[in-house]
Amino acid sequence: MSLIYPRDSLKAHPLNATPAYGSTVKRAPSKPLILLPHTLSETTGPVFGHTGVAAGDSDLTRQHQGEPLGERIIVSGRVLDEDGRPVPHTLVEIWQANAGGRYVHVRDQHPAPLDPNFTGAGRALTDAEGRYRFVTIKPGAYPWRNHHNAWRPAHIHFSLFGPSFLSRVITQMYFPGDPLFKYDPIFQSVTDERARERLISRFDLGTTEPEWALGYTFDIVLRGRNATPVEEPHDH
Amino acid sequence: MTTETQARQAAGPDFGITPSQTIGPFFAYALTPRAYGGPELATEQVAGEGVEGERIRIEGHVYDGDGAVVIDAMIEIWQADARGRFNTSGNAGFSGFGRAEATAEGGFHFETIRPGAIEGPGGTMQAPHLSVSVFARGILVRLATRIYFEGEPGNAADPVLALVPAERRETLIAKRDENGVYRFDIRLQGEGETAFFAA
Repeated sequence: MSLIYPRDSLKAHPLNATPAYGSTVKRAPSKPLILLPHTLSETTGPVFGHTGVAAGDSDLTRQHQGEPLGERIIVSGRVLDEDGRPVPHTLVEIWQANAGGRYVHVRDQHPAPLDPNFTGAGRALTDAEGRYRFVTIKPGAYPWRNHHNAWRPAHIHFSLFGPSFLSRVITQMYFPGDPLFKYDPIFQSVTDERARERLISRFDLGTTEPEWALGYTFDIVLRGRNATPVEEPHDH
Repeated sequence: MTTETQARQAAGPDFGITPSQTIGPFFAYALTPRAYGGPELATEQVAGEGVEGERIRIEGHVYDGDGAVVIDAMIEIWQADARGRFNTSGNAGFSGFGRAEATAEGGFHFETIRPGAIEGPGGTMQAPHLSVSVFARGILVRLATRIYFEGEPGNAADPVLALVPAERRETLIAKRDENGVYRFDIRLQGEGETAFFAA
């Protein structure tokens, strides 16, 4: 099946030039982007199999001797295309701060403790129905120096490939009701409110497991529509 | 009504693609975890031993609008094999995909093979090139560009290079140095700004 990639969909993305997020000021291109035709270079993309993803990679609470501190959560959802069809067997990579809001990364200097039982990196392949599932702990909010008293809302970074170079995306998943949303220029960089809401996971009692972990669902929609949809009756 | 339409309607009027967000500064332990001892999904070694094609090395730096090096970027490349084919099964040691983390000096490199020419729009041929994605703190949406190669006769007729204003085409062409290494710097903004594409 071949896919097309309507450019209109790109309006959901933020602009790279978003001055409220200070790091964009010297990093956003100043010249207009050039419209790239969708050739074979763009409509193809890497395929990842189980060689790159081990079974335990999707449980971030079992990568060390002991269990990490924090609120254990399940994050699951479906990866879909723009027709709402599942994207099967596609790679999902995630990373996040620990429960105290500290990243393992060597350059994170936030004075919150590292957790020897938590790295915060995971991988999964979606199944035949486009589903993925991670077990992790809820990340903490953390301060950054973008502006006075700046704090990032709790989030998990997601990296996805989908079927081609055109469907490649890196995003962040947030948690419902976070009081930091309105102060965060990265979340607010998505100016379309309906698109912005799509970055927020939903608490889901059905995903929640009794006596064990709260469940959140987060569906991800990648670029791509069926090039040859079945004709529907028209009135004209 | 088709199943696809039903799926979209069931998902509601708010259905649409998930917006992009920045990779942020702290991705390395997950996406390029060599220094953290984690298993790497892909590296700057795009072609292993015995893969057909001319072996090439590409080196460059990433610079911001002040000319300062960008030390927290991730660069990915995607390419055809030496015969201009993508996702060829049975081409062991070659996936066509590479991923590199910028060094503390803002540098990156790839070891790969020179891709073949591939078909372009309307019966044209595209000169050998790599598709490039640039991610970094301060980049909210992946920047897409291409690496072409100095001295390729096909560059002059390449339909994508032709879309780039003539005075900016050079920003997409890797230059071979005295050691045979292709040099390709990425300038995010300002003088010599790399031509980026809306994909």
